[in-house]
Amino acid sequence: MTAVLFLLRAIILVLLWGFVIAAIVAVRHDVFGTRPARAPAAPKQPRPSAPRQQRQAKPDKSAARKLVVTDGTLAGTTVTLTEQPVTIGRADDSTIVLTDDFVSTRHARLVPAEGKWLLEDLGSTNGTYLDRRRVTSPTPVPLGVPIRVGKTVMELRK
Amino acid sequence: MTAATVSAPVGRRRGTELALLVFALLITVTAYANVGIARHHHVPSGTVGYGLGLGALFLVAHLVVRRFAPYADPVLLPAAALLNGLGLVLIRRLDLVDRTQPGSAPHQLEWTVIGIALFTVVLVVVRDHRLLERYTYTAMAAALILLALPAFLPASHSEVNGARIWIRFGGFSFQPGEVAKLALMVFFAGYLVRKRELLALAGRRVWRIDLPRARDLGPVLVAWGVSVLILVRESDLGSSLLFFGIFLVVLYVATQRASWLLIGLALFVVGAVIAGTTIPHVHDRFDAWLHPFDPAIYHKAFGGSYQLAQGLFGMATGGIFGTGLGQGRPDLVPFANTDFMASTIGEELGLAGVMAVLTLFLLIVARGIRAAIGTRDPFGKLLGVALAFGLALQVFVQVGGVTRLVPLTGLTLPFLSYGGSSLVSNWVVIALLLRISDAARRPDAIPTRPPGPDDAATMVVRR
Repeated sequence: MTAVLFLLRAIILVLLWGFVIAAIVAVRHDVFGTRPARAPAAPKQPRPSAPRQQRQAKPDKSAARKLVVTDGTLAGTTVTLTEQPVTIGRADDSTIVLTDDFVSTRHARLVPAEGKWLLEDLGSTNGTYLDRRRVTSPTPVPLGVPIRVGKTVMELRK
Repeated sequence: MTAATVSAPVGRRRGTELALLVFALLITVTAYANVGIARHHHVPSGTVGYGLGLGALFLVAHLVVRRFAPYADPVLLPAAALLNGLGLVLIRRLDLVDRTQPGSAPHQLEWTVIGIALFTVVLVVVRDHRLLERYTYTAMAAALILLALPAFLPASHSEVNGARIWIRFGGFSFQPGEVAKLALMVFFAGYLVRKRELLALAGRRVWRIDLPRARDLGPVLVAWGVSVLILVRESDLGSSLLFFGIFLVVLYVATQRASWLLIGLALFVVGAVIAGTTIPHVHDRFDAWLHPFDPAIYHKAFGGSYQLAQGLFGMATGGIFGTGLGQGRPDLVPFANTDFMASTIGEELGLAGVMAVLTLFLLIVARGIRAAIGTRDPFGKLLGVALAFGLALQVFVQVGGVTRLVPLTGLTLPFLSYGGSSLVSNWVVIALLLRISDAARRPDAIPTRPPGPDDAATMVVRR
């Protein structure tokens, strides 16, 4: 009986540490599984898994250069578009900071993807509208179509 | 150029999770059988049923994750399941000592079922952790009410062993502080996301440390005041420390300003000194911590060091490899199945066992913080850090108390200690961490990038 118990004691400890090692190995694969994938993604600016079969508009011709606020407290503001995403919200660190009760802290953002700009609602309370439709998933924004966030209206221009 | 979808092939890794869960179940069942063999010299008759029941529970949790958080971290759930399973075995082992008393293990099993049920509810209802940000101030109000409740109820409904942290009606008892803890984490994260710019940037620089403005000290002072109030009104040293620690760390992570930690530590020291000298309950804990083997303190009827010293003797008996499950006398330590679970493990599984268990906690915490780093929204980051660090601090204070590194507090060892409220709330913590890690690892339209997209557009100019 003592031998059995001794064996069991050893088995339990080995199993416990075996689990710990297995979990760490799982995590290690996890780390190495993501890293090489991210490395090639970094230099390429286009957003990887944007809607797949998107028609490739000629990038230079129709590319928006600026975001113009046409209505609301910030009317007249122009944001020159770079390759960085544009964030819209009440948060102080947004690209466009809106002091408007109908705007959420992090309301929406515009993200460049393959020469287009995708409008994405960030779970805002009152919604983001592209023309008249509420944006529920990242949606490509054509030039000159009004984006409505609270009382503010803005559009992409060349 | 083709629009190559370079989406990171972050696998869903659900198979890994399932395999680890089976492994966890195997360990739990082996430990259960081991206890039976050691106590009664045969494999307990309930082993198969026990394994099947627990396996079904884990399977439900796994299927819920598979369905509702398919990209979540594969290690979090199995590690928590193993700790919970081990806890059940150890509680049952302690039950076996005194067959005249009703056992605690069946209750703990009931609470495990409730915990997994709430885990499911959280994953199903909270499809996006950012939903919680909307309830920032609601969470604060709820937390304060829950914390205050036991202090205002009559002692017969709120007091157990000198700590007024319970709500007791009939056979049902519950620690509101455990729920308040979660609500407070949501509040801290939501509040600091809104205010962090102010708390991070305003102020003046004195000798390489950015000091905040005096009027911005408000939130820290309030958090400190509430912690002290909990300590004084409810004699709950552990929760008091836990709340303040979590707040400080979230504040530090939100503002990246070390001066908050210094200010917080200074406040903590002031609070600790005042509490240690004025509150008898706390003073006793300090004495027991510093002089556990002093005969006067050891033999004291109430508030002495008997329990602490017995725990130390137990761990000393266990040594490196332990006495083996069911072969020690962890029952000699009062409250071995709640406060002194760590010493039970230390005695029967030895230092090797304690280290394995601590590594499991470390894994959960590390994966939680990894999820927080990976997620894109600032609220998720802060909430993830709060949840993970809260667990880490609780384990540190608990095991530190049992091993006499810090004064003993009334906290439970997450997942292992007997205690329903704690177990259930920890399952909710795991559910929220899985939710955040699912969001962090999901390869959707906006891929994860090292600096969050929100940070990229702004540059903080430092002096």
